[in-house]
Amino acid sequence: MPLQQKHLLGLEGVSAADITAILETARTFREILERPIPKVPTLRGQTVVNLFFEPSTRTRISFELAEKRLSADSVNFTTSSSSVKKGETLKDTIRNIAAMKIDMVVVRHQSAGVPLFLTRCVDAAIINAGDGAHEHPTQALLDMFTLREKFGRLEGLRVAIIGDISHSRVAGSNIRGLVTMGAEVLLCGPRTLMPREVERFGVRVTHDIEEAIAWADVLNVLRIQLERQEAGLFPSLREYHAEFGVTLPRLERAKKEITIMHPGPINRGVELDSDVADADYSVILDQVTNGVAVRMAVLYLLSGNEESVG
Amino acid sequence: MDVKVKAVVIDKEGLKRTISRLAFEIIERNHGVDKIAIVGVRTRGAFVAERIVKRIEELEGKRVPYGVLDITLYRDDFRKRLRQPVVQVTDIPFEIDDIPVVIVDDVLFTGRTSRAAMDALMDFGRPAAIELAVLVDRGHRELPIHADYVGKSIPTSIGEEVQVRLKESDGEDCVLLVESPKEAQ
Repeated sequence: MPLQQKHLLGLEGVSAADITAILETARTFREILERPIPKVPTLRGQTVVNLFFEPSTRTRISFELAEKRLSADSVNFTTSSSSVKKGETLKDTIRNIAAMKIDMVVVRHQSAGVPLFLTRCVDAAIINAGDGAHEHPTQALLDMFTLREKFGRLEGLRVAIIGDISHSRVAGSNIRGLVTMGAEVLLCGPRTLMPREVERFGVRVTHDIEEAIAWADVLNVLRIQLERQEAGLFPSLREYHAEFGVTLPRLERAKKEITIMHPGPINRGVELDSDVADADYSVILDQVTNGVAVRMAVLYLLSGNEESVG
Repeated sequence: MDVKVKAVVIDKEGLKRTISRLAFEIIERNHGVDKIAIVGVRTRGAFVAERIVKRIEELEGKRVPYGVLDITLYRDDFRKRLRQPVVQVTDIPFEIDDIPVVIVDDVLFTGRTSRAAMDALMDFGRPAAIELAVLVDRGHRELPIHADYVGKSIPTSIGEEVQVRLKESDGEDCVLLVESPKEAQ
Protein backbone atom coordinates (compact mmCIF):
# COMPACT_ATOMS: atom_id res chain seq x y z
CA MET A 1 0.00 0.00 0.00
CA PRO A 2 1.60 3.28 -1.05
CA LEU A 3 1.52 6.24 1.30
CA GLN A 4 -0.59 9.26 0.54
CA GLN A 5 2.32 11.62 1.05
CA LYS A 6 5.63 12.10 -0.68
CA HIS A 7 7.40 13.34 2.46
CA LEU A 8 7.27 12.60 6.17
CA LEU A 9 7.26 16.04 7.77
CA GLY A 10 5.23 15.12 10.82
CA LEU A 11 2.26 13.05 11.93
CA GLU A 12 -0.16 15.97 11.73
CA GLY A 13 -2.67 15.16 9.03
CA VAL A 14 -1.27 11.67 8.43
CA SER A 15 -4.17 9.23 8.20
CA ALA A 16 -4.65 6.18 10.38
CA ALA A 17 -4.35 4.09 7.20
CA ASP A 18 -0.90 5.50 6.43
CA ILE A 19 0.31 5.08 10.01
CA THR A 20 -0.95 1.49 9.97
CA ALA A 21 0.80 0.86 6.64
CA ILE A 22 4.10 2.09 8.08
CA LEU A 23 3.73 0.02 11.26
CA GLU A 24 2.78 -3.10 9.31
CA THR A 25 5.71 -2.69 6.92
CA ALA A 26 8.02 -2.20 9.89
CA ARG A 27 7.16 -5.71 11.10
CA THR A 28 8.72 -7.11 7.93
CA PHE A 29 11.87 -5.12 8.51
CA ARG A 30 11.95 -6.13 12.17
CA GLU A 31 12.25 -9.73 10.99
CA ILE A 32 15.04 -8.83 8.55
CA LEU A 33 17.07 -7.40 11.43
CA GLU A 34 17.06 -10.87 13.05
CA ARG A 35 18.57 -12.61 10.00
CA PRO A 36 22.15 -13.84 9.73
CA ILE A 37 22.58 -11.25 6.94
CA PRO A 38 20.37 -8.39 8.03
CA LYS A 39 20.39 -6.59 4.72
CA VAL A 40 18.18 -6.44 1.63
CA PRO A 41 19.01 -4.99 -1.80
CA THR A 42 15.83 -2.93 -2.10
CA LEU A 43 17.19 0.64 -2.24
CA ARG A 44 20.29 -0.14 -4.28
CA GLY A 45 21.28 2.93 -6.25
CA GLN A 46 19.27 5.36 -4.14
CA THR A 47 21.15 8.11 -2.35
CA VAL A 48 20.09 9.45 1.02
CA VAL A 49 21.61 12.51 2.67
CA ASN A 50 21.51 12.75 6.44
CA LEU A 51 21.45 16.46 7.13
CA PHE A 52 21.95 17.09 10.83
CA PHE A 53 22.08 20.71 11.95
CA GLU A 54 21.75 19.66 15.56
CA PRO A 55 23.81 17.13 17.47
CA SER A 56 22.25 13.68 17.53
CA THR A 57 23.73 10.29 18.17
CA ARG A 58 21.03 7.69 18.26
CA THR A 59 18.64 9.11 15.70
CA ARG A 60 21.43 9.62 13.20
CA ILE A 61 22.91 6.18 13.77
CA SER A 62 19.47 4.62 13.59
CA PHE A 63 18.75 6.30 10.24
CA GLU A 64 22.19 5.45 8.94
CA LEU A 65 21.77 1.80 9.87
CA ALA A 66 18.31 1.72 8.32
CA GLU A 67 19.73 3.12 5.07
CA LYS A 68 22.60 0.64 5.02
CA ARG A 69 20.32 -2.32 5.79
CA LEU A 70 18.30 -1.34 2.70
CA SER A 71 21.49 -1.03 0.58
CA ALA A 72 21.01 2.70 -0.04
CA ASP A 73 24.07 4.94 -0.38
CA SER A 74 24.14 7.43 2.45
CA VAL A 75 26.09 10.59 3.03
CA ASN A 76 26.29 12.44 6.31
CA PHE A 77 26.29 16.16 6.64
CA THR A 78 26.79 17.63 10.08
CA THR A 79 27.10 21.31 10.90
CA SER A 80 30.24 21.01 12.96
CA SER A 81 32.23 20.05 9.88
CA SER A 82 30.42 21.86 7.11
CA SER A 83 30.09 24.99 5.09
CA VAL A 84 27.30 26.21 7.40
CA LYS A 85 30.18 27.24 9.68
CA LYS A 86 31.40 29.38 6.83
CA GLY A 87 28.12 31.28 6.67
CA GLU A 88 26.26 29.44 3.92
CA THR A 89 22.47 29.80 4.04
CA LEU A 90 20.20 26.80 4.51
CA LYS A 91 18.77 27.18 1.03
CA ASP A 92 22.20 27.26 -0.59
CA THR A 93 23.32 24.27 1.43
CA ILE A 94 20.40 22.13 0.37
CA ARG A 95 20.46 23.22 -3.26
CA ASN A 96 24.11 22.37 -3.51
CA ILE A 97 23.49 18.96 -2.04
CA ALA A 98 20.51 18.40 -4.33
CA ALA A 99 22.62 19.30 -7.35
CA MET A 100 24.60 16.13 -6.61
CA LYS A 101 21.47 14.07 -7.51
CA ILE A 102 19.99 12.66 -4.37
CA ASP A 103 16.76 10.81 -3.74
CA MET A 104 15.98 11.45 -0.10
CA VAL A 105 16.97 13.84 2.67
CA VAL A 106 16.76 13.07 6.37
CA VAL A 107 16.88 16.37 8.21
CA ARG A 108 17.19 17.52 11.80
CA HIS A 109 17.19 21.21 12.60
CA GLN A 110 16.75 23.40 15.67
CA SER A 111 14.03 25.41 13.92
CA ALA A 112 10.50 24.14 13.37
CA GLY A 113 9.44 24.11 9.74
CA VAL A 114 12.84 23.49 8.16
CA PRO A 115 11.75 20.12 6.64
CA LEU A 116 8.73 21.81 5.05
CA PHE A 117 10.96 24.58 3.74
CA LEU A 118 13.26 21.98 2.15
CA THR A 119 10.38 20.41 0.22
CA ARG A 120 10.10 23.73 -1.63
CA CYS A 121 13.83 23.89 -2.42
CA VAL A 122 14.52 20.41 -3.75
CA ASP A 123 12.87 17.58 -5.59
CA ALA A 124 13.71 14.83 -3.12
CA ALA A 125 11.64 13.06 -0.48
CA ILE A 126 12.16 14.80 2.87
CA ILE A 127 12.05 12.95 6.18
CA ASN A 128 11.86 15.00 9.36
CA ALA A 129 14.25 13.67 12.02
CA GLY A 130 13.25 16.39 14.48
CA ASP A 131 12.56 20.07 13.88
CA GLY A 132 12.69 22.42 16.86
CA ALA A 133 9.87 21.79 19.33
CA HIS A 134 7.54 20.79 16.50
CA GLU A 135 7.64 17.13 15.45
CA HIS A 136 9.83 14.03 15.45
CA PRO A 137 7.60 11.65 13.54
CA THR A 138 9.85 8.58 13.31
CA GLN A 139 10.26 8.60 17.11
CA ALA A 140 6.48 8.60 17.58
CA LEU A 141 6.13 5.86 14.95
CA LEU A 142 8.67 3.66 16.71
CA ASP A 143 6.92 4.32 20.04
CA MET A 144 3.62 3.29 18.50
CA PHE A 145 5.22 0.26 16.83
CA THR A 146 6.65 -0.85 20.19
CA LEU A 147 3.24 -0.48 21.87
CA ARG A 148 1.43 -2.24 19.05
CA GLU A 149 3.79 -5.20 19.23
CA LYS A 150 3.39 -5.41 23.00
CA PHE A 151 -0.36 -4.82 23.33
CA GLY A 152 -1.54 -5.89 19.88
CA ARG A 153 -3.48 -2.65 19.46
CA LEU A 154 -3.32 1.10 19.95
CA GLU A 155 -7.01 1.83 20.13
CA GLY A 156 -8.17 2.47 23.66
CA LEU A 157 -4.66 2.17 25.06
CA ARG A 158 -3.97 4.64 27.89
CA VAL A 159 -0.71 6.45 27.32
CA ALA A 160 0.59 9.09 29.73
CA ILE A 161 3.34 11.37 28.44
CA ILE A 162 5.37 12.75 31.33
CA GLY A 163 7.68 15.77 31.41
CA ASP A 164 8.48 18.85 29.36
CA ILE A 165 5.57 18.81 26.91
CA SER A 166 6.16 22.40 25.72
CA HIS A 167 9.61 21.88 24.30
CA SER A 168 9.22 18.26 23.22
CA ARG A 169 8.87 17.30 19.57
CA VAL A 170 8.63 13.69 20.72
CA ALA A 171 5.45 14.66 22.59
CA GLY A 172 4.30 16.70 19.59
CA SER A 173 4.40 13.72 17.26
CA ASN A 174 3.23 11.15 19.81
CA ILE A 175 0.14 13.19 20.68
CA ARG A 176 -0.88 13.57 17.03
CA GLY A 177 -0.18 9.95 16.11
CA LEU A 178 -1.73 8.35 19.19
CA VAL A 179 -4.89 10.43 18.94
CA THR A 180 -5.23 9.51 15.25
CA MET A 181 -4.86 5.84 16.12
CA GLY A 182 -7.55 6.03 18.81
CA ALA A 183 -5.37 5.82 21.93
CA GLU A 184 -6.21 7.86 25.03
CA VAL A 185 -3.52 10.37 25.92
CA LEU A 186 -2.84 12.08 29.24
CA LEU A 187 -0.11 14.71 29.56
CA CYS A 188 1.60 15.21 32.89
CA GLY A 189 4.20 17.82 33.80
CA PRO A 190 4.82 21.14 35.55
CA ARG A 191 2.52 24.01 34.54
CA THR A 192 5.54 25.93 33.23
CA LEU A 193 6.31 23.12 30.77
CA MET A 194 2.74 22.51 29.57
CA PRO A 195 1.53 24.27 26.41
CA ARG A 196 -1.64 26.35 26.79
CA GLU A 197 -4.82 24.90 25.33
CA VAL A 198 -3.09 21.63 24.52
CA GLU A 199 -6.45 19.93 25.24
CA ARG A 200 -7.52 21.01 21.76
CA PHE A 201 -5.49 18.07 20.44
CA GLY A 202 -7.94 15.73 22.14
CA VAL A 203 -5.81 14.94 25.22
CA ARG A 204 -6.21 15.42 28.97
CA VAL A 205 -3.77 17.23 31.25
CA THR A 206 -2.77 16.60 34.84
CA HIS A 207 -0.05 17.95 37.10
CA ASP A 208 -0.19 15.00 39.46
CA ILE A 209 2.21 12.16 38.62
CA GLU A 210 0.43 9.72 40.95
CA GLU A 211 -2.82 10.30 39.08
CA ALA A 212 -1.08 9.69 35.76
CA ILE A 213 0.46 6.43 36.99
CA ALA A 214 -2.83 5.22 38.45
CA TRP A 215 -4.62 5.84 35.13
CA ALA A 216 -2.10 4.74 32.52
CA ASP A 217 -1.19 1.45 30.80
CA VAL A 218 1.99 3.09 29.52
CA LEU A 219 4.25 5.91 30.70
CA ASN A 220 6.27 7.62 28.01
CA VAL A 221 8.79 9.57 30.08
CA LEU A 222 10.45 12.50 28.33
CA ARG A 223 13.96 13.73 28.85
CA ILE A 224 14.31 16.84 30.99
CA GLN A 225 16.69 19.30 29.36
CA LEU A 226 19.02 20.87 31.84
CA GLU A 227 18.80 24.23 30.10
CA ARG A 228 15.10 24.49 31.02
CA GLN A 229 16.09 24.65 34.64
CA GLU A 230 18.64 27.33 33.86
CA ALA A 231 15.82 29.25 32.16
CA GLY A 232 13.92 29.12 35.46
CA LEU A 233 11.09 26.87 34.33
CA PHE A 234 11.52 24.62 37.33
CA PRO A 235 13.51 25.24 40.53
CA SER A 236 15.97 22.33 40.53
CA LEU A 237 16.51 18.85 39.21
CA ARG A 238 15.99 17.49 42.70
CA GLU A 239 12.65 19.22 42.96
CA TYR A 240 11.62 18.00 39.52
CA HIS A 241 12.49 14.48 40.60
CA ALA A 242 10.51 14.85 43.82
CA GLU A 243 7.43 16.15 41.97
CA PHE A 244 7.46 14.29 38.68
CA GLY A 245 10.15 11.60 38.82
CA VAL A 246 9.01 8.09 37.89
CA THR A 247 10.25 6.06 40.85
CA LEU A 248 9.87 2.48 42.02
CA PRO A 249 7.84 3.39 45.16
CA ARG A 250 5.40 5.38 43.01
CA LEU A 251 4.92 2.45 40.60
CA GLU A 252 4.57 0.00 43.48
CA ARG A 253 1.83 2.10 45.03
CA ALA A 254 -0.14 1.79 41.79
CA LYS A 255 -0.14 -2.03 42.23
CA LYS A 256 -0.45 -2.89 38.55
CA GLU A 257 1.45 -3.78 35.43
CA ILE A 258 2.74 -0.67 33.67
CA THR A 259 4.99 -0.25 30.62
CA ILE A 260 7.81 2.29 30.69
CA MET A 261 9.11 4.09 27.60
CA HIS A 262 11.75 6.78 27.16
CA PRO A 263 13.08 8.30 23.93
CA GLY A 264 16.59 8.57 25.41
CA PRO A 265 19.08 9.66 26.47
CA ILE A 266 17.90 9.10 30.04
CA ASN A 267 18.78 11.41 32.91
CA ARG A 268 18.92 8.65 35.49
CA GLY A 269 17.59 9.82 38.84
CA VAL A 270 15.89 12.88 37.35
CA GLU A 271 12.88 11.98 35.24
CA LEU A 272 13.35 8.23 35.61
CA ASP A 273 14.97 6.12 38.34
CA SER A 274 17.57 3.55 37.36
CA ASP A 275 15.72 0.58 38.85
CA VAL A 276 12.66 1.51 36.79
CA ALA A 277 14.58 2.14 33.57
CA ASP A 278 16.24 -1.28 33.82
CA ALA A 279 13.18 -3.23 34.99
CA ASP A 280 11.64 -5.94 32.82
CA TYR A 281 8.53 -3.83 32.21
CA SER A 282 10.71 -1.16 30.61
CA VAL A 283 10.75 -1.38 26.79
CA ILE A 284 13.39 1.31 26.28
CA LEU A 285 15.87 -0.92 24.45
CA ASP A 286 13.10 -2.45 22.34
CA GLN A 287 12.33 1.09 21.23
CA VAL A 288 15.90 1.48 19.98
CA THR A 289 15.83 -1.79 18.01
CA ASN A 290 12.39 -1.06 16.62
CA GLY A 291 13.58 2.40 15.59
CA VAL A 292 15.78 0.92 12.87
CA ALA A 293 12.91 -1.20 11.51
CA VAL A 294 10.46 1.70 11.53
CA ARG A 295 12.93 3.99 9.74
CA MET A 296 13.53 1.27 7.15
CA ALA A 297 9.79 1.12 6.59
CA VAL A 298 9.55 4.89 6.13
CA LEU A 299 12.49 4.98 3.71
CA TYR A 300 11.08 2.05 1.77
CA LEU A 301 7.56 3.42 1.49
CA LEU A 302 8.64 6.94 0.55
CA SER A 303 11.15 5.72 -2.01
CA GLY A 304 8.35 4.03 -3.95
CA ASN A 305 6.37 7.20 -4.34
CA GLU A 306 8.47 8.63 -7.11
CA GLU A 307 7.27 8.81 -10.66
CA SER A 308 7.69 5.60 -12.58
CA VAL A 309 10.82 5.44 -14.72
CA GLY A 310 9.79 2.34 -16.67
CA MET B 1 -13.03 -9.71 -12.36
CA ASP B 2 -13.58 -9.43 -16.10
CA VAL B 3 -11.07 -11.76 -17.70
CA LYS B 4 -11.70 -14.13 -20.54
CA VAL B 5 -10.97 -17.72 -19.53
CA LYS B 6 -9.54 -19.67 -22.46
CA ALA B 7 -9.11 -23.03 -20.78
CA VAL B 8 -9.10 -24.82 -17.47
CA VAL B 9 -5.67 -26.42 -17.59
CA ILE B 10 -5.80 -28.21 -14.25
CA ASP B 11 -9.02 -28.90 -12.36
CA LYS B 12 -9.57 -29.67 -8.69
CA GLU B 13 -8.81 -33.38 -8.87
CA GLY B 14 -5.93 -32.79 -11.26
CA LEU B 15 -4.40 -30.31 -8.84
CA LYS B 16 -4.51 -32.87 -6.07
CA ARG B 17 -2.75 -35.45 -8.26
CA THR B 18 -0.17 -32.93 -9.42
CA ILE B 19 0.69 -32.03 -5.82
CA SER B 20 0.98 -35.75 -5.05
CA ARG B 21 3.36 -36.32 -7.93
CA LEU B 22 5.53 -33.35 -6.94
CA ALA B 23 5.70 -34.77 -3.41
CA PHE B 24 6.75 -38.21 -4.74
CA GLU B 25 9.40 -36.72 -6.99
CA ILE B 26 10.88 -34.64 -4.17
CA ILE B 27 11.05 -37.72 -1.94
CA GLU B 28 12.56 -39.89 -4.67
CA ARG B 29 15.20 -37.44 -5.78
CA ASN B 30 16.35 -36.68 -2.25
CA HIS B 31 16.31 -40.38 -1.16
CA GLY B 32 13.73 -39.67 1.50
CA VAL B 33 13.09 -36.47 3.35
CA ASP B 34 15.40 -36.79 6.35
CA LYS B 35 17.49 -33.80 5.47
CA ILE B 36 15.52 -31.52 3.19
CA ALA B 37 13.51 -28.37 3.89
CA ILE B 38 10.76 -26.72 1.87
CA VAL B 39 10.25 -23.00 1.43
CA GLY B 40 7.26 -21.46 -0.34
CA VAL B 41 7.23 -18.10 -2.10
CA ARG B 42 4.42 -15.84 -0.94
CA THR B 43 1.55 -15.82 -1.63
CA ARG B 44 0.38 -18.84 -3.62
CA GLY B 45 3.73 -20.61 -3.68
CA ALA B 46 3.47 -20.82 0.09
CA PHE B 47 0.09 -22.54 -0.13
CA VAL B 48 1.38 -25.00 -2.74
CA ALA B 49 4.40 -25.68 -0.50
CA GLU B 50 2.16 -26.27 2.47
CA ARG B 51 0.17 -28.86 0.54
CA ILE B 52 3.33 -30.62 -0.62
CA VAL B 53 4.58 -30.72 2.97
CA LYS B 54 1.28 -32.25 4.05
CA ARG B 55 1.39 -34.85 1.29
CA ILE B 56 4.97 -35.79 2.12
CA GLU B 57 3.93 -36.24 5.74
CA GLU B 58 1.16 -38.63 4.66
CA LEU B 59 3.60 -40.60 2.52
CA GLU B 60 6.70 -40.65 4.72
CA GLY B 61 5.28 -40.02 8.17
CA LYS B 62 7.62 -37.14 8.69
CA ARG B 63 7.02 -33.41 8.65
CA VAL B 64 9.79 -31.59 6.81
CA PRO B 65 10.87 -28.13 8.01
CA TYR B 66 8.72 -25.59 6.20
CA GLY B 67 9.15 -21.83 5.74
CA VAL B 68 7.78 -18.89 3.82
CA LEU B 69 9.70 -16.33 1.78
CA ASP B 70 8.52 -12.85 0.85
CA ILE B 71 10.63 -11.69 -2.05
CA THR B 72 9.22 -8.18 -2.49
CA LEU B 73 12.41 -6.52 -1.25
CA TYR B 74 14.56 -8.53 -3.66
CA ARG B 75 12.66 -7.74 -6.84
CA ASP B 76 14.60 -6.28 -9.74
CA ASP B 77 11.71 -4.13 -10.95
CA PHE B 78 11.45 -2.12 -7.74
CA ARG B 79 12.43 1.16 -9.35
CA LYS B 80 10.15 0.58 -12.31
CA ARG B 81 7.01 0.21 -10.29
CA LEU B 82 4.64 3.05 -9.71
CA ARG B 83 3.37 1.65 -6.44
CA GLN B 84 5.26 -0.82 -4.40
CA PRO B 85 3.50 -3.97 -3.31
CA VAL B 86 2.82 -4.64 0.34
CA VAL B 87 5.72 -6.45 1.94
CA GLN B 88 4.91 -9.34 4.21
CA VAL B 89 6.93 -11.18 6.79
CA THR B 90 9.38 -13.90 5.80
CA ASP B 91 9.36 -16.82 8.22
CA ILE B 92 12.07 -19.48 8.07
CA PRO B 93 12.09 -21.04 11.52
CA PHE B 94 15.03 -23.44 10.97
CA GLU B 95 18.69 -23.44 9.91
CA ILE B 96 19.15 -23.86 6.18
CA ASP B 97 22.92 -24.41 6.32
CA ASP B 98 24.17 -27.57 4.61
CA ILE B 99 20.78 -29.06 3.70
CA PRO B 100 19.03 -29.10 0.32
CA VAL B 101 16.20 -26.55 0.25
CA VAL B 102 13.32 -26.84 -2.20
CA ILE B 103 11.86 -23.50 -3.24
CA VAL B 104 8.21 -23.83 -4.24
CA ASP B 105 6.34 -21.34 -6.43
CA ASP B 106 3.04 -21.46 -8.27
CA VAL B 107 4.05 -20.25 -11.75
CA LEU B 108 7.48 -20.17 -13.38
CA PHE B 109 7.53 -17.45 -16.03
CA THR B 110 10.47 -15.08 -16.60
CA GLY B 111 12.54 -16.62 -13.80
CA ARG B 112 12.94 -13.26 -12.08
CA THR B 113 10.92 -14.27 -9.05
CA SER B 114 13.00 -17.44 -8.67
CA ARG B 115 16.19 -15.37 -8.91
CA ALA B 116 14.87 -13.08 -6.17
CA ALA B 117 13.84 -16.08 -4.06
CA MET B 118 17.34 -17.59 -4.32
CA ASP B 119 18.93 -14.30 -3.30
CA ALA B 120 16.56 -13.97 -0.38
CA LEU B 121 17.24 -17.54 0.74
CA MET B 122 21.01 -17.05 0.59
CA ASP B 123 20.72 -14.28 3.16
CA PHE B 124 19.61 -16.92 5.66
CA GLY B 125 22.63 -19.14 5.24
CA ARG B 126 24.32 -21.53 2.83
CA PRO B 127 22.10 -24.41 1.78
CA ALA B 128 23.80 -27.55 0.43
CA ALA B 129 21.68 -27.12 -2.71
CA ILE B 130 18.64 -25.21 -3.87
CA GLU B 131 15.99 -26.98 -5.92
CA LEU B 132 13.00 -25.39 -7.60
CA ALA B 133 9.50 -26.87 -7.71
CA VAL B 134 6.68 -25.15 -9.58
CA LEU B 135 3.06 -26.00 -10.18
CA VAL B 136 3.07 -24.54 -13.70
CA ASP B 137 5.88 -23.70 -16.11
CA ARG B 138 4.54 -21.31 -18.72
CA GLY B 139 7.80 -20.59 -20.58
CA HIS B 140 9.19 -17.19 -21.68
CA ARG B 141 12.28 -17.32 -19.46
CA GLU B 142 14.42 -14.19 -19.27
CA LEU B 143 17.05 -15.72 -17.01
CA PRO B 144 18.94 -19.03 -17.16
CA ILE B 145 16.70 -20.73 -14.64
CA HIS B 146 15.25 -24.23 -14.80
CA ALA B 147 12.79 -25.98 -12.51
CA ASP B 148 13.72 -29.36 -10.98
CA TYR B 149 10.09 -30.35 -10.43
CA VAL B 150 7.32 -29.20 -12.75
CA GLY B 151 3.62 -29.86 -12.13
CA LYS B 152 2.60 -29.06 -15.68
CA SER B 153 4.25 -27.33 -18.63
CA ILE B 154 1.82 -25.03 -20.39
CA PRO B 155 3.01 -23.36 -23.59
CA THR B 156 1.57 -19.84 -23.58
CA SER B 157 1.69 -16.72 -25.69
CA ILE B 158 2.78 -13.46 -24.09
CA GLY B 159 -0.78 -12.11 -24.28
CA GLU B 160 -2.00 -14.88 -22.04
CA GLU B 161 -1.76 -15.35 -18.34
CA VAL B 162 -1.78 -18.40 -16.11
CA GLN B 163 -3.97 -18.01 -13.06
CA VAL B 164 -3.46 -20.40 -10.21
CA ARG B 165 -6.51 -20.33 -7.97
CA LEU B 166 -6.25 -21.99 -4.60
CA LYS B 167 -8.82 -22.53 -1.88
CA GLU B 168 -6.65 -20.70 0.66
CA SER B 169 -6.60 -17.45 -1.33
CA ASP B 170 -9.27 -17.67 -4.01
CA GLY B 171 -11.89 -20.05 -2.69
CA GLU B 172 -11.41 -22.76 -5.33
CA ASP B 173 -8.75 -25.13 -6.66
CA CYS B 174 -7.88 -24.88 -10.35
CA VAL B 175 -5.41 -23.47 -12.86
CA LEU B 176 -6.80 -21.29 -15.65
CA LEU B 177 -5.37 -19.98 -18.89
CA VAL B 178 -6.77 -16.48 -19.39
CA GLU B 179 -6.43 -13.53 -21.74
CA SER B 180 -4.23 -10.93 -19.99
CA PRO B 181 -6.16 -7.90 -18.88
CA LYS B 182 -5.00 -5.02 -21.10
CA GLU B 183 -4.03 -2.58 -18.36
CA ALA B 184 -1.67 -5.12 -16.85
CA GLN B 185 0.45 -5.23 -20.00
